[in-house]
Amino acid sequence: MLREPFAAGDSFLHRLDPRIRLAAAVVYSCAVAVCREFPALLSALVVAVALIALARLRAAEVFKRLLVVNGLVVFIWAVIPFTFPGEALFRLGPFTAAREGVALAAQITLKSNAIVIAFMALVATMPFATAGHALHRLRVPDKIVHLLLMTYRYIFVLEQEYLRLARAAAIRGFRPGTNLHTYRTYAYLIGMLFVKAIDRAERVRWAMLCRGFKRKFYSLHEFKAGRGSVIFLIFISAAVLGIAALELGAVAW
Amino acid sequence: MTTASPIIDLKGVSFGYPGGPLILRELDFTLLPEDRVGIIAPNGSGKTTLFLLIMGLLKPLSGRMQIFGKEVREEKGFTEVRRRIGLLFQDADDQLFSPTVLEDVAFGPLNLGKSKAEALAIARRTLDFLGLNGFEDRITFKLSGGEKRLVSLATVLAMEPEVLLLDEPVNGLDTRTRTRLMEVLLQLTIPFVLISHELDFLTATTMTIYTMADGRIRLDQELTLHQHLHAHPLGASPHEHCPTGAAHGDSSAHAVDKPC
Repeated sequence: MLREPFAAGDSFLHRLDPRIRLAAAVVYSCAVAVCREFPALLSALVVAVALIALARLRAAEVFKRLLVVNGLVVFIWAVIPFTFPGEALFRLGPFTAAREGVALAAQITLKSNAIVIAFMALVATMPFATAGHALHRLRVPDKIVHLLLMTYRYIFVLEQEYLRLARAAAIRGFRPGTNLHTYRTYAYLIGMLFVKAIDRAERVRWAMLCRGFKRKFYSLHEFKAGRGSVIFLIFISAAVLGIAALELGAVAW
Repeated sequence: MTTASPIIDLKGVSFGYPGGPLILRELDFTLLPEDRVGIIAPNGSGKTTLFLLIMGLLKPLSGRMQIFGKEVREEKGFTEVRRRIGLLFQDADDQLFSPTVLEDVAFGPLNLGKSKAEALAIARRTLDFLGLNGFEDRITFKLSGGEKRLVSLATVLAMEPEVLLLDEPVNGLDTRTRTRLMEVLLQLTIPFVLISHELDFLTATTMTIYTMADGRIRLDQELTLHQHLHAHPLGASPHEHCPTGAAHGDSSAHAVDKPC
């Protein structure tokens, strides 16, 4: 079951206008993603940590999520330093680590952690539905927003239908193994899920038609940008400009 | 019965999926303005199909359909039908697609061209009527089965329909929600057609009960004497039961059947 453990809260960030939070997260991530200089990346990480402190999220939950991201980062450290051409930094048995490779891996580590932390602080702190409405207000096309919201809505139903099918297989003694029978069973299961999804889609369309759906969605949400939002906007703009300045070497470290 | 003109009037309607057998065979069905009709019939006898045809979601192979005194055939005519007839789907998950309860209930009124404020007022009033205050910001898919059913009913009632079609509304409900639903139905002033497998529920909420067989609707009014198998403590010892009403239609005779 998907949960939204960060969405409930009452910090300064939680109360901030979702549109501003989303926009800030996007601008910040794009800026960080193109940075290459370590001073810029390190200060980006500091900004992200400051944001998450502001959101007052439970540290244990935050680390659990970072663990997932850094699980992938470990693979990058295992491969990139040893495959990247460049000046030798150290040797590990038959493998030589290049200085450029190590730098690249470090950049990736900093970037991915900074962006994920910032997203947790800014975007994960709002319920998914709110995020959808905020995107709508930010003039993201209707179709994309509603595709997003409907996917989120029905992913639970599909999960339940999958579990029901899997249970039905399990109670009849199905034990997955590495054999043709297992592959065939899973193929049936997935095929069945598609058939059910199409059926469901048709019934949902009917239900929408019955309620006078005219291919237009309405958003009931009213967003208000208060003084806190303006202060935050100034703070985050300054932070992004600072990161850009460090990246471009306009400011000496 | 009055001689008022029927709301729904189907004549000789047939339907079957391409390549399959006919599900409905020259079916006739009439719903009058004061009617509260129950339909009890085995699975696969075409009850749900009948509702989908009335709403214009499926198109009949042959036959004539008059709804609100007008012959309907094309999609355009059914837009009006769907506005005035509310259909409660069998599976609440089909009906609730908005993220929050309030949005889902307001969806219909907004489509009918109501302003945001009006739609919200209607939605709040409908939730209130169903005893669902405080549900506004709940996430639809995190509701329990019974709550989902009541919220689906709210989404239908918010359209302020003139007729209700209810497809197995009591299926899988606990006793409390069932009672709540029964109270709501008895409070309604509009005619409705209710499909259910539960005779007790139908006798309590409707005036006429039809059954379906061979793709047709029929009225079974003949009383048939029959026996029930039932279980209770001390059932093995010889005993007698109170001689209360013995015929169908008197639901108490079936519901309360205690040893003397």
